[in-house]
Amino acid sequence: MGYKARFKVWRGDKSGGGLEDFSVDVNEGEVVLDIVHRLQATDAPDLAVRWNCKAGKCGSCSAEINGRPRLMCMTRMSTFAEDETITITPMRTFPVIRDLVTDVSYNYEKARMVPAFSPPADLEPGDYRMAQVDVERSQEFRKCIECFLCNDTCHAVRDHEENKTSFSGPRFLMRISELDMHPLDTVDRREVAVQEHGLGYCNITKCCTDVCPEHIKITDNAIIPLKERVADKKYDPIFSIASLFGKTKERARRTPPPGKNA
Amino acid sequence: MTDLERHSYDVVVIGAGGAGLRAAIEARSHGKRTAIVCKSLFGKAHTVMAEGGIAAAMGNVNSKDNWQVHFRDTMRGGKFLNSWRMAELHAKEAPQRVWELETYGALFDRTPEGKISQRNFGGHEYPRLAHVGDRTGLELIRTLQQKIVSLQQEDFHATGDYESHIKVFAECTITRLLTDESGAIAGAYGYFRETGDFVLFESPAVVLATGGIGKSFKVTSNSWEYTGDGHALAMRAGGSTLNMEFIQFHPTGMVWPPSVKGILVTESVRGDGGVLTNSEGTRFMFDYIPDVFKDKYATTPEEGDRWYTDPDNNRRPPELLPRDEVARAINSEVKAGRGTPHGGVYLDVSSRLPAETIRKKLPSMYHQFKELADVDITAVPMEVGPTCHYVMGGVEVEPDTGSAKVPGLFAAGEVSGGMHGSNRLGGNSLSDLLVFGRRAGLGAAEYVESLGESRPQVTDAMVAAAELEALAPFTTEGGENPYTIHSELQESMNDLVGIIRTQAEVEQALERLEGFKARVAHVTVKGGRAFNPGWHLALDLKNMLLVSECVARAALERQESRGGHTREDYPVMSPEWRQVNIVCRADGDGAAIVRQPLVPMREDLLDLFDVDELKKYLTEAELPKGAH
Amino acid sequence: MATTGIESPGRAQIGVKTLRTDRWWIAPLLTFLALTAFVVYSGWRVFSNQYYFAEPYISVYYSPCITTTCVPGSGFGDGFVSWWALSPALLTAWIPLAFRFTCYYYRKAYFRSFWLSPPACAVAEPHGKYTGERRLPLILNNGHRYAFYLGLLLNVVLTWDAIIAFRNSEGQWGHMGLGTVILVANAVCLWMYSLSCHSCRNAVGGRITHFSKHPLRYRMWTLISKLNTRHMQWAWISLCTVVLADFYVYLLASGRISDLTFF
Ligand SMILES: Cc1cc2nc3c(=O)[nH]c(=O)nc-3n(C[C@H](O)[C@H](O)[C@H](O)COP(=O)(O)OP(=O)(O)OC[C@H]3O[C@@H](n4cnc5c(N)ncnc54)[C@H](O)[C@@H]3O)c2cc1C
Ligand code: SF4
Ligand code: SF4
Ligand code: FES
Ligand code: FES
Repeated sequence: MGYKARFKVWRGDKSGGGLEDFSVDVNEGEVVLDIVHRLQATDAPDLAVRWNCKAGKCGSCSAEINGRPRLMCMTRMSTFAEDETITITPMRTFPVIRDLVTDVSYNYEKARMVPAFSPPADLEPGDYRMAQVDVERSQEFRKCIECFLCNDTCHAVRDHEENKTSFSGPRFLMRISELDMHPLDTVDRREVAVQEHGLGYCNITKCCTDVCPEHIKITDNAIIPLKERVADKKYDPIFSIASLFGKTKERARRTPPPGKNA
Repeated sequence: MTDLERHSYDVVVIGAGGAGLRAAIEARSHGKRTAIVCKSLFGKAHTVMAEGGIAAAMGNVNSKDNWQVHFRDTMRGGKFLNSWRMAELHAKEAPQRVWELETYGALFDRTPEGKISQRNFGGHEYPRLAHVGDRTGLELIRTLQQKIVSLQQEDFHATGDYESHIKVFAECTITRLLTDESGAIAGAYGYFRETGDFVLFESPAVVLATGGIGKSFKVTSNSWEYTGDGHALAMRAGGSTLNMEFIQFHPTGMVWPPSVKGILVTESVRGDGGVLTNSEGTRFMFDYIPDVFKDKYATTPEEGDRWYTDPDNNRRPPELLPRDEVARAINSEVKAGRGTPHGGVYLDVSSRLPAETIRKKLPSMYHQFKELADVDITAVPMEVGPTCHYVMGGVEVEPDTGSAKVPGLFAAGEVSGGMHGSNRLGGNSLSDLLVFGRRAGLGAAEYVESLGESRPQVTDAMVAAAELEALAPFTTEGGENPYTIHSELQESMNDLVGIIRTQAEVEQALERLEGFKARVAHVTVKGGRAFNPGWHLALDLKNMLLVSECVARAALERQESRGGHTREDYPVMSPEWRQVNIVCRADGDGAAIVRQPLVPMREDLLDLFDVDELKKYLTEAELPKGAH
Repeated sequence: MATTGIESPGRAQIGVKTLRTDRWWIAPLLTFLALTAFVVYSGWRVFSNQYYFAEPYISVYYSPCITTTCVPGSGFGDGFVSWWALSPALLTAWIPLAFRFTCYYYRKAYFRSFWLSPPACAVAEPHGKYTGERRLPLILNNGHRYAFYLGLLLNVVLTWDAIIAFRNSEGQWGHMGLGTVILVANAVCLWMYSLSCHSCRNAVGGRITHFSKHPLRYRMWTLISKLNTRHMQWAWISLCTVVLADFYVYLLASGRISDLTFF
């Protein structure tokens, strides 16, 4: 194998920028990140890019390739035709820093607003007992490598900057879901999910699920179940009445102290 | 010193991997205002890549396990060159550290009784590795990250500021540690990758948790972060490193396609039943069981296979020998012409486990091969070969406190040395991070406490010097591109100070290193200071060169083969050399080494071993009295 | 939309709504056409108030037929709603409509294809503001479970319709025609669609945190979860069978064809 591929790479910073053309060698088995590295070693030594593991494990190399949010290290060159021009841009939902690097601090701020895991106060380390079937749902969500591609692709913030204050994006709705399903957690985050994290912004259009490199079923397994659990509490009078009769003692959870958005 | 940002903290932790985060949690829990500084984003440190598990003798799967057994396994794995005190603390405290993770929210895989499940791994006598599928490192780092967030939330409720007591400075590289006239730590100097702006942390205590050095080698499982910064920072601040010749080549890295060469194939593949075969279809590991392990490993495939279901009455298969043995065996097979088309050997689970089980137990391996190599591991064998994985050597520390030889400097995790001796067992690193991360955080907090009001001061002259040094690549002209030097360095280290070494080759490497040094002094970078990877590499290269020189010098010095150091010209392990640590310090613009005797092992620990076993490692004089 | 979304200050200035090179617009276009066709067809049939009963088959849109104006034999007894002058279908057909309108899958489908919010992933939507499902009327989507419960009742009725389709026009058991097969298939598909519903998944077990303490519900949840992964497929299949079942009855009732009888 081995051919020259045509690339367009977005270069610039917040003051402006544009797509630059490159023609680069491609060898068998390479991924897009290899090509970016080759550019750095040859034509563009100061081309800014984030990466760490080059094995799809750290979630650093998120970008948009031919308009689709993807990990550069997990996008094989063999998925493109040899005569195709491949366009790489930074993620378009977050402010750009330089070239392919964006400012993802939005995500870290939202992460900080999710009330943390709270185990029962009297449970000693070493005494935790959890059944495998009870941890499995949350384990799926803990596969998340925080590439933030889901938050990048979610139209609620991608297309509406102003929603960033009130909506935390799929990644953190999933985090709430994860804690809600944790067998030993004692906090009820359902009200927080709606009030502070904007659960209602999600219109279940599933783009987050589409792009997740970990193949987590974000919408089906995290967000919709969370919406249903919220409905149990907020929108379902019958269920609320039933719970008065103690039918749902599973749900003896505290409400957390107010956070920043409260 | 135009655009210098200044911060003042009680403790500065450099590194946000398992060790750094655990240290920061401890320092903050002791009321110390703590900064965490790291080169990547928060939550992306190298620890995230760990796969197989975290070793702790909890005895959940086999109740015969306890700290003594774990201690013995660790010492054997390290060929008795370990700091026995560290190995002891590690074996004793690892279970508590793992249980603690559950209180932070970690969700390990479970046993039927609901306890943490544990899996088999090379060199561990019992199933001992707590794990989450094959993404244990991710779980570890995310858990610690979320614990830090929860501490920040507590601070927010108390003070109205999330960052009042613990703050993360992500994408910030420390280039120099600053000391006062007495040599005590006064602060750390670095730059923000995003902007290129400089930053000064004034702090009496610095915890190094910067990880390893693998990026000096061509074929490696390590990421760009592993440029030996912590090792170099410590040595330049007056500290020392030890055992740098011991580098772990993991036996199973991917070999094809070239762009992924070196990426790790977790040992769990073998722990869960995978076998190694050569191009002739032979399970060759049976031919490579060394004498010291003769009675611990199965001699026939049948016995080895029985062990998976009946470990009490059978010996384990030799695929699960310590990593150094397996890596050398693969190397020999390939050299003898029995390798695969791409220069590795076969690692097969497809014929050993049902496809469904493989996908369940090894999900990331399944994906990694599917997506990077277009290989379905449930249907065909993988091709694997050794890859540079871990450095056993590191900053010399006090076992109990993690204190390095510089007042105010602490080190923990892969950057510290001693714990693993000449070879690390799989799973012992993640536990090491937690045990010694906590201890270093505590050590730092106590040190700060002991200082009272009189803290070492940073001088303007030092700051100015640090700035000059960091800007040098912009001021030289007509020099080389750092990428070229980097790839030549990697090639040299891989070929000349790699898995098998000889005097002539190592000498040649040292010669080349001299050449690189001269060239690095003149590298030139293009562009500005904002997120400029060329500049970053130019600065990192200096650290790689210093550390590589330590590795090469120590490798030349040690005339024996042991663990992660194999000398073709000195193929046997020597009890005399076991009594020696090789210590490396910065010396002018290079490195200098000295020999240093090992502290003899405490009597009660020595008693944990069979005298017959001790005889394989120790000199006559060191054996317990009455054992002759 | 110039200053919001992907053109917001601070973000990389790229200038186009999407750089996707594939034909991303096909899926929303097809969905739009299919759903529009369905709505038009259903509207016509529901309002037409004729050709909905051909002994022993009743159209899904008109079952249960509860007004006194129902075609003889088609209703519940003689019907009990006497004050209703319009098409009897209007009294019941809103149930499946509400069920499907609030369905998590159809929400995805119409948000993407009708409201273009977003038209496809990583393709900018044309609206300046977006508030999601947080206000009236869309907040009512949170009550999907009620539509689901009603939908289940309706399924029971339609299943009964399928059962009595095994009687011939004289009311004797032992008949089976193409109409019987179609009604049975329709009922089965409706059940699959309803059981694979996300609210169903939550109700049978999703809402519990400790599966290990509820082994039976866990088993049910596992089963429903499997069906749930195919919810979209069942949504479309059942949509087609509904149209087919109604159209077949229409053809029979309007005398265009006669039933193919097997025995
Ligand atoms: C693929 C792979 C799989 C592994 N699997 C296992 C396993 O199953 N079990 C096991 O026990 N071990 C495993 N290991 C080993 C183990 O993961 C590492 O040894 C361990 O994670 C190192 O952790 P650490 O905390 O020391 O450093 P790291 O996690 O590497 O963190 C280093 C930190 O230091 C920061 N840093 C470095 N230099 C600077 C600087 N100059 N300025 C500021 N910050 C800096 C980095 O940004 C980073 O945050 C594996 C390793 C690899 C590569
Ligand atoms: S499903 Fe919801 S959270 Fe996911 S991308 Fe769509 S709107 Fe965003
Ligand atoms: S959920 Fe998936 S897409 Fe979103 S951040 Fe995590 S890994 Fe990335
Ligand atoms: S570099 Fe780690 S995910 Fe791509
Ligand atoms: S019917 Fe579709 S989700 Fe309930």
